[in-house]
Amino acid sequence: MNDGRRHLLGMSDVDDTDIERILETAAGFEDVVVRDVKKVPTLRGRTVVNLFYESSTRTSSSFELAAKRLSADVVSVKAAGSSVDKGESLKDTVRTLNAYKPNIIVIRHPQIGAAHLTAKWSDAHVVNAGDGKHQHPTQSLLDLYTIKKRLGRLKDVKVAIVGDVLHSRVARSNIEGFQMMGLDVTLVGPPALIPPGIEEATGVKVSDDPESMSEADVIYVLRMQHERMEPGQNFVPTLREYARTWGVNSRRVKPGQVVMHPGPMNRGVEIAPDVADSGVSLVEDQVEAGLIVRMAVLYDLMNRPSIGTVIDFRERTGEWGAA
Amino acid sequence: MSSQRTRTLLDADQISRTLARIGSEIVERHPDLTNVHLVGIRSRGVPIAERIRDRIKDTTGVEVPVGAVDISFYRDDVGLRAGTEDRIADHPVVGETVFDAPVEGATIVLVDDVLYTGRTVRAAIDAVFDYGRPACVQLAVLADRGHRELPFRADFVGKNLPTQAGEHVRVRLMETDGVDEVVLIGGEGDEA
Amino acid sequence: MTRLEMIPADKATVVITGARLLDPVEGLDVTAELLIVDGVVAQIGDSVERPEGARIVDGSRCTVLPGLVDPHVHLRVPGQEYKEDCATGSASGAAGGYTTILSMPNTAPTIDTGTTLEAALDRAREMAVIQTGFLAAVSTDRAGESLTEMRDLAARGAAGFTDDGSPIASARLMRRALQYARPLDLPIALHEEEPTLTKGGHMHEGAISAKLGLGAWPGIAETLMVARDIRLAEQEDARIHLQHISIRESIEEIAKGRERGVRVSSEASPHHLVLTDASVRTLSGNFKMNPPLASDDDRQALIDGLRDGIIDCIATDHAPHAVHEKEVPFEAAAFGVTGLETALPVLIQELVEPGHVPLATILRAMTEGPCNAFDLERPALRVGAPANLAIWDLEQTWKVGDKPFKSKSANSCFIGRKVKGRCLLTISGGQLSHDEMDAKGLGVVA
Repeated sequence: MNDGRRHLLGMSDVDDTDIERILETAAGFEDVVVRDVKKVPTLRGRTVVNLFYESSTRTSSSFELAAKRLSADVVSVKAAGSSVDKGESLKDTVRTLNAYKPNIIVIRHPQIGAAHLTAKWSDAHVVNAGDGKHQHPTQSLLDLYTIKKRLGRLKDVKVAIVGDVLHSRVARSNIEGFQMMGLDVTLVGPPALIPPGIEEATGVKVSDDPESMSEADVIYVLRMQHERMEPGQNFVPTLREYARTWGVNSRRVKPGQVVMHPGPMNRGVEIAPDVADSGVSLVEDQVEAGLIVRMAVLYDLMNRPSIGTVIDFRERTGEWGAA
Repeated sequence: MSSQRTRTLLDADQISRTLARIGSEIVERHPDLTNVHLVGIRSRGVPIAERIRDRIKDTTGVEVPVGAVDISFYRDDVGLRAGTEDRIADHPVVGETVFDAPVEGATIVLVDDVLYTGRTVRAAIDAVFDYGRPACVQLAVLADRGHRELPFRADFVGKNLPTQAGEHVRVRLMETDGVDEVVLIGGEGDEA
Repeated sequence: MTRLEMIPADKATVVITGARLLDPVEGLDVTAELLIVDGVVAQIGDSVERPEGARIVDGSRCTVLPGLVDPHVHLRVPGQEYKEDCATGSASGAAGGYTTILSMPNTAPTIDTGTTLEAALDRAREMAVIQTGFLAAVSTDRAGESLTEMRDLAARGAAGFTDDGSPIASARLMRRALQYARPLDLPIALHEEEPTLTKGGHMHEGAISAKLGLGAWPGIAETLMVARDIRLAEQEDARIHLQHISIRESIEEIAKGRERGVRVSSEASPHHLVLTDASVRTLSGNFKMNPPLASDDDRQALIDGLRDGIIDCIATDHAPHAVHEKEVPFEAAAFGVTGLETALPVLIQELVEPGHVPLATILRAMTEGPCNAFDLERPALRVGAPANLAIWDLEQTWKVGDKPFKSKSANSCFIGRKVKGRCLLTISGGQLSHDEMDAKGLGVVA
């Protein structure tokens, strides 16, 4: 069954040609966001709903601005201060917002699969802006854009993803996205923060030796997600010991290497300030790429005549349809 | 038996002479070329604009600036079903929009291969205005096949091609297709 | 003595003709007629009597099986009747060919006193269409701190004791429970899960959880507790019943315990025998249960264990939940799936048809196994036995979910799957409990 809607729920919804097309479209927006009139009429008269159940600065502002740059009408709903606070279920909230007939719903939620359910319960195209520890596909796309822009290529670029992979949706989307585009991925971090089975599941290399970062072209530093760690879990004894062992500082970074971080950064924990603020840091490039890549994603989803995969999650997960 | 009928309307030689003529008409209209800025509509409008620039240079020695405009983000059919053979819908790859000179106060000559419904031209004019306020905008096309849906008229026309609704005009260029020709692809016709 | 309750009603007098009668425990596999008089199997033979008023059931192309026994059902009584109640839960069992079910005490309130137990049994007597018993809790409120009045509960008819839904975390409490239950000669049924290892988990730990990012627990969380409790039962010479075993190493521990003579019985559920954690990729709440679906290697070990008799019971862990508890993001979804209506058809389709496990072995694990574990009278196709049996069309293929469920809830992990074998008529305790034989040309002896 296929109702013609297209969703970006995870990186498995796209293939390498889709990614290339989205990155090219994003490049087409580079000049739009710097010229005097920073707006194109592409989505004039269309409605984009941003539904954010988790606090977020860069992702929510970047999606909101992306939709506005495309001339869409934007409704941003934050969980705090909304009926979600009063205990409304995700399903009821999605149904309510769906009554406004939005063309696109962008959703961020602390639980895995929330975006899939949103796609099931609404008539809109759905973009997953982060569902728990699962997926954050636009982050992966903007990271690919940033790497390609700085290094001039994607294929065979060596990336070390460093730190708390276990709790990171960014890592999960990036492992998939990076491998799809031919990058060479190694996960580096303390054993308890590397999910058991990830090598079998994805074919990445895994190392608990911080020295293995020296092989990489790109050191991709993950945030230590205190907020996702339950007390008593003891993933690492202390943040001090983590910082001393796996933290990325200027002594660690070799000439020619660049450093990326999805933000927000814990300065002094996973990344030292002397790296974060230096020329090897691509953090600001990532934020800039975030805007144009999200414009490209919104454009691509609405641009039905374009070539690409028509994604219907019910085809992939038949069980939903039968329920 | 029925098949697609194909008929050549312009060959390489004719295309070359047509573009030279458009070049001299532009010079005739704007003897002082200082403010003229040719802007090709992606994708085939760009090589046509470049060829016109070369012809103008041949005759006047002046090299006018050539820009390129991509209309993808200005289309009026984003989010609608295709249902049309108008190439406005058939535009998967987004190219850059670049201007070789300021748009403000310029005489912009938009260049495209075929003028058909007029929707592409509408989108291109909108795009140009988001980069500045030109003194005037004119339109040059290699072929005009009629069937307008918007009130546009080209200022410089290479060849008028009366066509029927089921027919398609295809412009193929060395730069993009490896051959110079304009062909009419028929509706359905009986082959004797 | 275990109390089994159902609505008291007229006992059936029925003649079943032309059917295959199959009861592997009795060594019976013949095509013959079967006569039930006043709820008791009166005659088996080529041509049985036709007493006046007897209903004649044309059983040709059908198979009569002994009634199935499920030692692990959640009827949600008392207190969670929005999920299930004695009427819908027992009807669901009857539709799956069950004639006896045992319900778990993780209710609201917990069945941890004699009065609560009697109230639950009274509900069954008012509403249940098949024989229904209850286990009582091991610890008050299932909080794992103080023992319930096990003697009083036993005297009032508890079928056994369990804190199901939760493990008994304290080894000391476990030991005391075994010591106290030993003279009662009732089993303690155990949900095996080391709670500090399972905290924050929603699925089995492995490649799938790594990919999805879902909080996961390792299989050893079950095995550690299985090993602990087998050793404790051995030391205290007590009976234990291990619920819903899902991990290969747990089965190895059970096998070793049996060799040493420990009195341990064990269950596997149809979903653990058929599905793996790969199903969780759908992110559907209908694949969330505790213990979680494990690896394919674990599934193979369960199948081998069932064939070898180390797993001696098949239990559904029928755990109904309302739509709003399941149609939510996976982490928010409740643990548990329904299973009574699909158990045998799923196992025939997935284990018998491909030749993995003989039908006889499965039937033993659905009759003899649970009856031995809980000292219940075994449903049997035998003259003189109470009529606890069901008429099946074992050739009929159907799709789960196409017809509405009898259960109040529809959280089945088999929705959309093709299964084989359909229960057409069930007689429990000598009473007609389920009947969808309308099209089979019935008659009544004038």
